Amino acid sequence: MELTGAEILVESLKKEGVNTLFGYPGGVVLNVYDVLYDADIRHVLVRHEQAAVHAADGFARASGDVGVALVTSGPGATNTVTGLATAYMDSIPLVLFTGQVPTGLIGNDAFQEADIVGITRPCTKHNYLVKDVRDLARTIKEAFYLARSGRPGPVLVDLPKDVVVGKAEYAYPDAAKLRGYNPTYEGHLGQVKKALKAILAAERPLLYVGGGAILSGAAGELTELARVLKLPVTTTLMGLGAFPGSDPLCLGMLGMHGTYRANMAVSHCDVLVAIGARFDDRVTGKIDEFAPHATVIHVDIDPTSISKNVRVDIPIVGDVRNVLRKLLGLANGADPAERDAHLAEWHGQIAAWRETHKMDYDQGRDVIKPQYVVEQLWEATGGDCIVSTEVGQNQMWAAQYFTFDRPRRWLTSGGLGTMGYGFPAALGAQAAFPDAVVIDIAGDGSIQMNIQELATAVQYALPVKVAVLNNGFLGMVRQWQELFYDRRYSHTRMDVAPDFVKLADAYGALGLRATRPDEVRPVIDQALAHPGPVMMDFRVAPEEGVYPMVPAGAPLTKMLLV
Amino acid sequence: MKHTISVLVENEFGVLARVAGLFSGRGFNIDSLSVAETQDPDLSLMTIVTRGDDQIMEQIIKQLHKLVNVLKVTDLQEGAYLDREMVLIKVNATDETKPEILRLAEIFRGKVVDVSPKTYTVEVSGPEDKIRAVLELFHPLGVREVVRTGKVAMPRGLQTPGG
Ligand SMILES: Cc1ncc(C[n+]2csc(CCOP(=O)(O)OP(=O)(O)O)c2C)c(N)n1
Ligand SMILES: [Mg+2]
Repeated sequence: MELTGAEILVESLKKEGVNTLFGYPGGVVLNVYDVLYDADIRHVLVRHEQAAVHAADGFARASGDVGVALVTSGPGATNTVTGLATAYMDSIPLVLFTGQVPTGLIGNDAFQEADIVGITRPCTKHNYLVKDVRDLARTIKEAFYLARSGRPGPVLVDLPKDVVVGKAEYAYPDAAKLRGYNPTYEGHLGQVKKALKAILAAERPLLYVGGGAILSGAAGELTELARVLKLPVTTTLMGLGAFPGSDPLCLGMLGMHGTYRANMAVSHCDVLVAIGARFDDRVTGKIDEFAPHATVIHVDIDPTSISKNVRVDIPIVGDVRNVLRKLLGLANGADPAERDAHLAEWHGQIAAWRETHKMDYDQGRDVIKPQYVVEQLWEATGGDCIVSTEVGQNQMWAAQYFTFDRPRRWLTSGGLGTMGYGFPAALGAQAAFPDAVVIDIAGDGSIQMNIQELATAVQYALPVKVAVLNNGFLGMVRQWQELFYDRRYSHTRMDVAPDFVKLADAYGALGLRATRPDEVRPVIDQALAHPGPVMMDFRVAPEEGVYPMVPAGAPLTKMLLV
Repeated sequence: MKHTISVLVENEFGVLARVAGLFSGRGFNIDSLSVAETQDPDLSLMTIVTRGDDQIMEQIIKQLHKLVNVLKVTDLQEGAYLDREMVLIKVNATDETKPEILRLAEIFRGKVVDVSPKTYTVEVSGPEDKIRAVLELFHPLGVREVVRTGKVAMPRGLQTPGG
C-alpha cells in the first residue's frame, strides 16, 4: 500500500513498539503532526526541544526501551544538540526525528534550514538524512537497531519536508542489514577463563562497575558473581544501582567524590575487574597512579573503550551480561578454599577504611544540610523511587547519600554533566512509569535551565517531585573557587532567584518550602502525598561542600576529607 | 611513527566527513588522505597516512571500525604493500634550467606535461621516498607550485582491503 512519508513514520514507530513520543512541532513537520492528531501514540508536548530529548533519554534510562523525540527543522533541531550529546556520552538509546527543508532547498540557506546532520555527527552514534521517501522505512528500522544494539546511543533521522509529504509503497523490514556494523556480544572464552584465573588467584580483587552493566541488564549476574566469589564492588556514578548499594560488599562510588574506602581499595587492589566502565578522568584521577598494583581485566562491548586511557592486561570485548554469565558458569564450584584467608584480610582492610572515614555530615538544629534532605528523601520513599539529578553538588550528594539497590532507578548526566537534564529526564521516566515516585534532586541553578517544563508536568499530569537544594550558589563551581581560587566567588552567587513556591503555583503545580531542619520531613511527606507535580524549595546551608574530594588530576589517595 | 591505512567504506552521503571529523575531533593527525571508488561502485577505498604511537594507532583503527559506514580497516605493514603518489611540479624554466629539468624528469621517469614561456610542469609518480627525492632535487631550480595526490596503497599478493 502507498503511504505518505508522515504515515510511514508513524506506522514504523508503532512497529517498533513506541507508545510515547516527546516533541515540539513546526513548519516542516506539520504533516507528521497531522498524522499524529488521531494516531494511537501518546505525544508529550514539551516546552523546549532540549527537554524533549532529555525526556526521551529519561524514558530510555528508566525503562530500557528506546526513547523517541520529534522536532522541527532549524532552531528546533539545533535546540536538541545538548540532549543528544548528553545521551551520547552516557550511551543512551534514543531516536530523534528532525524536520528539514525540502531536499531541493538544502544548501540554499532556506528558512529554518540547519545542517543538523553535520552539526550532530560527533554527538550521535549515527545519523541519517533521508533523501527519498522510499528509503524511509528501512532507515527507521536501522535507526532503532543502531540505537539499541551494541553500545547503545542516540541516532538522528533528518526528514526533509518533501520526504514527509511524498508517497511510497510501505513495507517495514524485519531486520536491519548493515554491512559495516557487527557488535561483538560473545566474550572470547579463552579470555574469560584467563580472567577467572586471575580473579581466583587475586589476594585483593575489586570489581569496578560502570553504566554498561546497567545498559546490558547485567545487575543480576553481577550481584551473583560478586556474592559467589566474595568480591568487593565499587561503582561509577553511572553504575549506581547495578549492584545493591546496601550490600555489605558494596563500597559505594569511586573517583573524585567517591568514598574513602572505594578510592583506597582501587589504589591497593591487585586485580581490578572493570565491567562496562570506561576509566573516565573523574574516576581515575591521576592516570599514572590509578590502580597501580592491579592486573586490569576489562569487559566492554565497545573495543574503543579498552586500553583507551589505561593499559589493560586482559581485555574481553563482549556484552557485559554474556561475559558475566560465562564467568559465573565457570566460577561455580571453582572457588578454592585458599582464597578465604586472603579475602578475609582484604575485607578486613576495607572495613577498617570504612571506619577511618565514614560518609558523614553534621546536621545541627538551625540550618538544613543538603545531605540531610537527600537522606530524608530516601527514608521517606524507602528508596522505592526513581531519582534524577541536575548537575553540581546536588548530583554528588544524591549519589553519595541516596542508596540505590536496583538498576534503572538513577538518572543522571554523567559524561556530559548537563545542568537542566534532571527535570525533563524525570518527566520522561514518569511517562514510562506513571505510578512510580519520581524525584528530581536539583540545584537552584540547574533547575532554572529547564524550569519551563513545569507546564509540561502539569499538562500531562506527570507528578514529578522536584527537590531544589537551594544554596543560592552555583555551588559546585563555588566549591572549586573556595578550594582552588582563594574563595574568590566570581559570578557564582545568584543574588536574584525566583520564589520557587510562587513559581510552581504560577504553573499550576504545588510549591513547598522548608527553611529549618525540622520542616524537611513534613515537606517531603506532603509532597509525596500530593497527586500532582510538586516543587520543594529546601533552603540549605549556602557554603556546604561535597566531600571527600580528589582534586582534578591528583591521585585517588590524595582525598580532601573534610 | 608513520602508518598507512586502507579504509574500505560504503559510498554513503557524508562518509568522508565522518572519517575526517573523527580525526579532527579526537586530535589524530592526517598526513594525507586519498579516496576514490573501488571496482564495486557502492564502495570506496581511502588511503590515509597518519602518525602515532602504538596506543594511538590502536585507537585510530578501532575508532574507524566503529563508524557504521566503515567495512574494513587495514594497517598496511611496511614492505607488505605497494604505494604510489603522483606529484605535479611547476618549475621556473630558463635557458639554463631547462636541460636540468628535462634530465631530472627523465631520471625519475617523469614527463613534462605542460610548457609555458617561463615554466615547465613535470609529472612524477612513485613511492613516498622517490617523491621526496624528486622534490628535493627540483627545489634549487625554483619551484613555483607543487600539487600532490596523496598516497594510494595496496597490499602485495592476494590480500585485498577491497575484497
Ligand atoms: C549547562 C551547563 N553549564 C555549566 C555547567 C558548569 N557547572 C557545573 S556545576 C555548576 C553549578 C550548578 O549549580 P546548581 O544547579 O545550583 O547546583 P549546586 O552545585 O549548587 O548544587 C555549573 C555552573 C554545567 N555543568 N552545565
Ligand atoms: Mg546551587
